[in-house]
Amino acid sequence: MIPLSYYLVLSGILFVLGVMGFLIKRNIIVIFMSIELMLNAVNLSFLAFAWRWQAVAGQLFVFFVMIVAAAEAAVGLAIIIAIFRTRETLNVDRVNLLKL
Amino acid sequence: MHELLFFIFAALCVGAAVNLLVQRHPINSALSLVVVMLALAMIYLLLGAEFVAAVQVIVYAGAIMVLFVFVIMLLNAGEEERTAGSRVASLFGIPGVFVLGGVIAWIFLGKTAPQEDVGLGSFLPATRDIAKALFTDFLLPFEITTVLILIAIMGAVVIARREEHR
Repeated sequence: MIPLSYYLVLSGILFVLGVMGFLIKRNIIVIFMSIELMLNAVNLSFLAFAWRWQAVAGQLFVFFVMIVAAAEAAVGLAIIIAIFRTRETLNVDRVNLLKL
Repeated sequence: MHELLFFIFAALCVGAAVNLLVQRHPINSALSLVVVMLALAMIYLLLGAEFVAAVQVIVYAGAIMVLFVFVIMLLNAGEEERTAGSRVASLFGIPGVFVLGGVIAWIFLGKTAPQEDVGLGSFLPATRDIAKALFTDFLLPFEITTVLILIAIMGAVVIARREEHR
């Protein structure tokens, strides 16, 4: 039998790896993927706690997180395309103006 | 069997997540992220969330990652350039991340953490229960997310459109 805390620690490890990717990666698409990794880690802890309290609501929250992640991915990737069209680069260190 | 499945897929998850950070080409990172999401879907199954696991595979590993791969190919993204990032990020960020991970592990493995053992199939809500809760108790959030998706679609089209009238 696996203690519930193992699932939560796995979720914590994935979240920390996502934060680290956000800090060390320089490619804007990979930074965006790190955000998705963090969202997935939080989904895992939602499901672990849904199991703990035997609550369906925890699983529903995962759906809402997924929906918001899908919307975020669509808008974020559109912004990346718009940035690439004017800057010709995906390196975040070269993107230092808000103006498109 | 349960322990074996958990440790196999947890190791796969963490390994692929580390690979996402190590790889320098974005397409390799995207494929490692697909592996993370598929392994997470198996771990969701172990927690009794069958429908969420299916949605994870279809929506996350399917739709969202296809969007990422399309954008990588559309922009013809090459190897990541090595540039010196912010010094504050490397000086305080990386140790801070390790401290954060240590604190999370310390809290969840401590005495006040939930000690229950996850039994396979001890909490197995049917898809019908999920749908019932979604369309009764959570009807308002559900409707709001439909509006959110609509706004996101319009926003993505407007932002990514090539402006030709200028």
